Amino acid sequence: MVQIIHIAKKELKDYFISPIAYIVIALFLLLTGWFFFATFFLVGQANMRTFFALLPAIFSFVIPAVTMRLFSEELNIGSYETLLTLPVTFNDIIIGKFLAGVLFVAAILFSTFSYPIIIATLGDLDWGPVIGGYLGALLLGGAFTAIGLFASSLTRNQIIAFIVGTLICLALTLLNTMLFLFPDGIVKAIAYFGATTHFENIAKGILDSRDILYFCSIMVVGLFGANLAMQEKN
Amino acid sequence: MIHVENLSKYYGDFCAVDQISFDIERGEIVGLLGPNGAGKTTTLRMITGYFKPTSGSILIKDHSIKDEALQIKRLIGYLPESAPLYHNMLVYDYLQFIAGIRGLGQEKSRSRIRELVDLCSLDQIMHKTISQLSKGLKQRVGLAHAMMDDPEILVLDEPTSGLDPNQIVEIRDIIKEIGKEKTVVLSTHILSEAEATCNRLVIINKGKIVADDTTRALKQRANEEYTLHVSFNKADLAEVEREIALVNGIKNIRQIETGGMLHLKLTCFSDHDIRSEVYATIKRSDWELTEFYRETESLENIFRELTTEV
Repeated sequence: MVQIIHIAKKELKDYFISPIAYIVIALFLLLTGWFFFATFFLVGQANMRTFFALLPAIFSFVIPAVTMRLFSEELNIGSYETLLTLPVTFNDIIIGKFLAGVLFVAAILFSTFSYPIIIATLGDLDWGPVIGGYLGALLLGGAFTAIGLFASSLTRNQIIAFIVGTLICLALTLLNTMLFLFPDGIVKAIAYFGATTHFENIAKGILDSRDILYFCSIMVVGLFGANLAMQEKN
Repeated sequence: MIHVENLSKYYGDFCAVDQISFDIERGEIVGLLGPNGAGKTTTLRMITGYFKPTSGSILIKDHSIKDEALQIKRLIGYLPESAPLYHNMLVYDYLQFIAGIRGLGQEKSRSRIRELVDLCSLDQIMHKTISQLSKGLKQRVGLAHAMMDDPEILVLDEPTSGLDPNQIVEIRDIIKEIGKEKTVVLSTHILSEAEATCNRLVIINKGKIVADDTTRALKQRANEEYTLHVSFNKADLAEVEREIALVNGIKNIRQIETGGMLHLKLTCFSDHDIRSEVYATIKRSDWELTEFYRETESLENIFRELTTEV
C-alpha cells in the first residue's frame, strides 16, 4: 500500500512538472467550453446536460493522451528495469500508476467546477444531476484510464499506445449508436458493453449498481490486462 | 550468499544463458566477464529478479527468486546497464523517490542522501534534471540509487562505462570499499577493470561458464610465458642477438621496429626469472641500454583463449 502511494505520487508529480498537464487541461477546457457554451445560451436552460453528453467522446481522446506515457515511456528509456528491481510488485506499479491517472482526471474535472458555479448564478441549477454527472465522469474517467494504461503497457511507442487506447475508448463510446448493426438476439448484450448509456444513467442522477458495476469491471479488466502484459515481458 | 544452479534463459529458440551454476560468498567482489552478447546482463537480470529464468534456480540468502522475489529485491541494490533513470526528474527528487520506495523514513532518507551525495560527489548536480546529465554523472546517480538503503548485495552492470579515467578510479575505490563488508557482483568487458576491482572472476562465453577462479589464479594460468623488453641506443643487432641467446630460458627473440633504436622482445618461460642474467650480459658489453622491463601480466591471453573459437 505504501509503495502504491509512492508510485502514484511520483507519477502525479511527473504530470505537473512537465507541460503535459497544463496543455491537456487547457485543451480540455477549450473543447468543452466551446461546445458547451456555443449552444448554452440558445437553449437557455440552467443545466449541464450538454456538457456531460460531450464527455465520453472527449475523454476518448484526452484520457489516452494522458495515460499513454505511463508505461511506454518507461519501456522506451529503460527505467522499467530500474522500477521492477525496486522492492515493488506488479500490482503496486499498476495500481500506483492507475491512481495517478485517475487523480489527474479528477484534476481535469475539477477545473470545470467554474461552469456549475457560473450557471447557478444565471438560473436555478438542480445540483443533483450535476453531482451525479461528476461522479459518473469520474467513473468513466477511471474506466478509460484503465484502458489507456493497458494500451500503454503493450508498447514502448507512445503514439501507438495513444491510438490503441483511443480506439478502445471510442469503440465503447460509440457502441450504443451502432446497435442497429447487430442482430436482434444479441443487441441487449452488446448494448450492455456501451459506455455511454451507463454514463448517461449516472449523469441523470440515477445511481444504479449495474452502472457502477459496469465501470468497475472495465477498470478491473484493464488493470488485469496490464498485469498480463507485464508478466509477458519477462 | 548467492547460489545459482543450472540457470538457463531462452529468448524464443535462442539460448542466452545455458545451465550455469556458481556460488558467491559474502564479502566477495565477483566480476562477470565475457565478450558482448555472452549473457552477462541476462544473468544479472535474472539474479535481480527482472527476468524470470527459463529453468534452474537462484537462492539468495535462502530466499528463492521464484517465491520470494520481493524479499530478494529488498536485499539487492541494482544498477542496470547505462543507468536508465527517470530523465525528467531532478536528481534530488529522484533520490528521494528511491529512498521512499526503499522504505527509509523521512529523517533516515535525508541523512542517507547526504552521505551518498558525498560518496558519489553529486553536490553540484542535485538540482539538475537527469536528462541534462552526462553519461558519467548519470552513472554516479545510478550508483547512489543502487546503494540507497545500504543493500547487502550490490549488482552493477558495467558500472564504469562512459566514465572518464578519474571517475573510473573513484568508482573502483567506492566498489572496493563496499566490497569489504558487502557482496558485489559486477559485469564488465574491460579486463583491466576486472583485474583491478574483483577478487574473483567468472568468465562466460555464449551463455556458458568457461572459467571461474580467483583473479590471481587466473592470472597465473594466463602466464606460462612472459615477455621482457630491452632496447638499446647504440648496438649491433647480430651481436646482441648472439649474446643474449646464450641466456638459458628464452623461447624466442623478436626485433621490434622503432626508428633508430634497437628494441628486442624476449619471450621467456615463466619458470625461469632470467632478468639478472640478461642484465649481466648487457653489463659485460658496451651497449647503451635505454629500456629494460617485464611486460605486466594480463588476463588478455586467457580471456582471448577462452572466448574465441578455435
